[in-house]
Amino acid sequence: MPMRRIATLLAALTLFTAAAAQSLTGAGATFPFPLYSKMFSVYGQQTGVKVNYQAIGSGGGQQQLLSRTVNFAASDAPLSDQQLKDFQAKNGSPVLHLPMSLGAVVLTYNWAPVAKAPAQPLKLDGQVVADIFLGKITNWDDPALKALNPDVTFPNLPISVAHRSDGSGTTYVFTDYLSKVSPDWKSKVGSGTSVSWPVGSGGKGNQGVAGLVKQIPGSFGYVELIYALQNDMPYATLKNSSGNFIVPSLKSTSLAGDVPVPADGRFDITDTSAPQGYPIATYTYVLLYQDMSVTTDSVEQAKQVVALVKWMSTSGQQYSEGLDYGPLPKRVQDFDAAQLAKLTFKGQPLD
Amino acid sequence: MDRPTTVTDRASRGQRLLSPRAGRAPRGDRLFDGIIVGLGSLILVITVLAALVLFQGGRPALERFGFGFLFGTTWDPVHGEFGALPFIVGTLLTSFGALLLAVPLAVGSALFVSEYAPPWLAGPVSYLVELLAAIPSVVYGFWGIFVLAPVVRSIQLAIFLNPDLRAIPFLRSTPTGLGLFTAVLILAVMIVPYTASVARDVLRLVPQDQREAAYALGATRWEVMRHAVLPYARAGILGGVLLSLGRALGETMAVTMVIGNRTAVADSLFGQTATMASVIANEFTEANTALHLSSLILVGLVLFLLTIVVNLVARVLIHRLTPRGVG
Repeated sequence: MPMRRIATLLAALTLFTAAAAQSLTGAGATFPFPLYSKMFSVYGQQTGVKVNYQAIGSGGGQQQLLSRTVNFAASDAPLSDQQLKDFQAKNGSPVLHLPMSLGAVVLTYNWAPVAKAPAQPLKLDGQVVADIFLGKITNWDDPALKALNPDVTFPNLPISVAHRSDGSGTTYVFTDYLSKVSPDWKSKVGSGTSVSWPVGSGGKGNQGVAGLVKQIPGSFGYVELIYALQNDMPYATLKNSSGNFIVPSLKSTSLAGDVPVPADGRFDITDTSAPQGYPIATYTYVLLYQDMSVTTDSVEQAKQVVALVKWMSTSGQQYSEGLDYGPLPKRVQDFDAAQLAKLTFKGQPLD
Repeated sequence: MDRPTTVTDRASRGQRLLSPRAGRAPRGDRLFDGIIVGLGSLILVITVLAALVLFQGGRPALERFGFGFLFGTTWDPVHGEFGALPFIVGTLLTSFGALLLAVPLAVGSALFVSEYAPPWLAGPVSYLVELLAAIPSVVYGFWGIFVLAPVVRSIQLAIFLNPDLRAIPFLRSTPTGLGLFTAVLILAVMIVPYTASVARDVLRLVPQDQREAAYALGATRWEVMRHAVLPYARAGILGGVLLSLGRALGETMAVTMVIGNRTAVADSLFGQTATMASVIANEFTEANTALHLSSLILVGLVLFLLTIVVNLVARVLIHRLTPRGVG
């Protein structure tokens, strides 16, 4: 009897360890979290592989990848050249970027209750947006705004700028765009996840900025497209580098990303060259070490990560639009497949 | 009943407490001694370790900026220039501003509850005041954004529209409803219960003899408060104020939600600024350069040290204010 009991126990233990091997861990960006958690939940049901993803922010995800505490990381911003060098120096393997989804940043505004909101979305260009955020344009009845919107009656109302107070990928994308369209912005402020804002109030998270915009008459701020869509906020159309005014949407976001893929996958699609693309768009990435042995315990586990990421970039994409994310263009999906084919485990190819 | 303790009383009690030590203490006592000393020193160890970790983390920033870190007014993560003065000033202004508003309210409510209110009212009032301490700070933040900020905004708008008032730089601001003043108001409400409940308990501990003696000398009710009750309770009330101050210095969430989060020293009463706790909460998760992260940790160390200094100063004050012979 006791022998059998021990045997059962051992069997249970083996099962348990087998189950533990079926779980993968990732950490990083908060922006794609709703999409990823949907993907991981479906993937778990289909394959039995549990993915534990912690949305601690892109910076945190990068740190965890550096210290090898996760199987994969997710980040809104690609690693810088310096970071790539540091990661390789510390862990002996280059990091690969796999674009996984697309997002956009929109400009939202509120005149109520002082003035009636314009019937049509406001038309803006990069220069005007930069000047407002630099504190050069301070009132809604500024000639520059009137010139872009001849049909709109602008109120005499001071502009209250609202920006993110927390460090965020959204701020990075937005300030990166401003740096490209305004030399003044580039020299005075620059781009980053937190910047030194010349004017305005800071709100924590998209909801913080949205709260400021909804409450303060005359306010002007930026939020993620997905947030504006889900909360029915007004947003401006923006002139892109081809001179077209583009309504921010999932389609114009995906179009912005449909440009030739850079060799290392580190896209730079703000102020996109795509003629119908919305200019403040960005890819969000999954980061993997080329040699998977850095972050996985076994060939089996490495293969599971590869299978997961492959699924995310192909079948998983069907969940994008329902959740207001821009689906990956075909050529980027192909690029991801090529990146996955490069992965190795202790020098041995995984495929 | 409430016989004041005398010196002989204390001496004899001390004698009794000490007497088991004269011989070999029983094993239970020694064990208990060990546990208590261990737990007590554990707190010290944790504090020292926390300071060490903060120092380690903040070291790169400290080496880069030196003591200039405390006086720098630029906080620019893009160009890697960090100075903590706006946050230090922001923390001190909000905390002491809140104390200024909260202490009279708190002491007033404590006096009311312990001296003036009929018993059927005293209970509910003190219960309600203490309830303020149980509200999560994020709820205060929401209340601040949706109720307090519009009120402050209308005050700002009134100033904005009045040319005489607008001329005063101290009051000038863009009417957003968010900033230093709103943060002070919300902090004041949040810290009232700490001072109030401590003050109430201390006032109740003032011996009845003290009051009766004053009344016997022909003092009015106000004079009794002024000369017999408050001086006796002074040190205790200050202890309560200290608790409130600690809460105000460290409060993060509610302040972050209403202070406007501008990394500059406030330029007016309504100006938007930030505190040490709020900037850490805001920027820590996405601080992706080593220097930025290290600067934030250094801000944490400064906050830690500031809290210690403020507490020490307050202890000295309490010691000075404690009436002789009261203990």
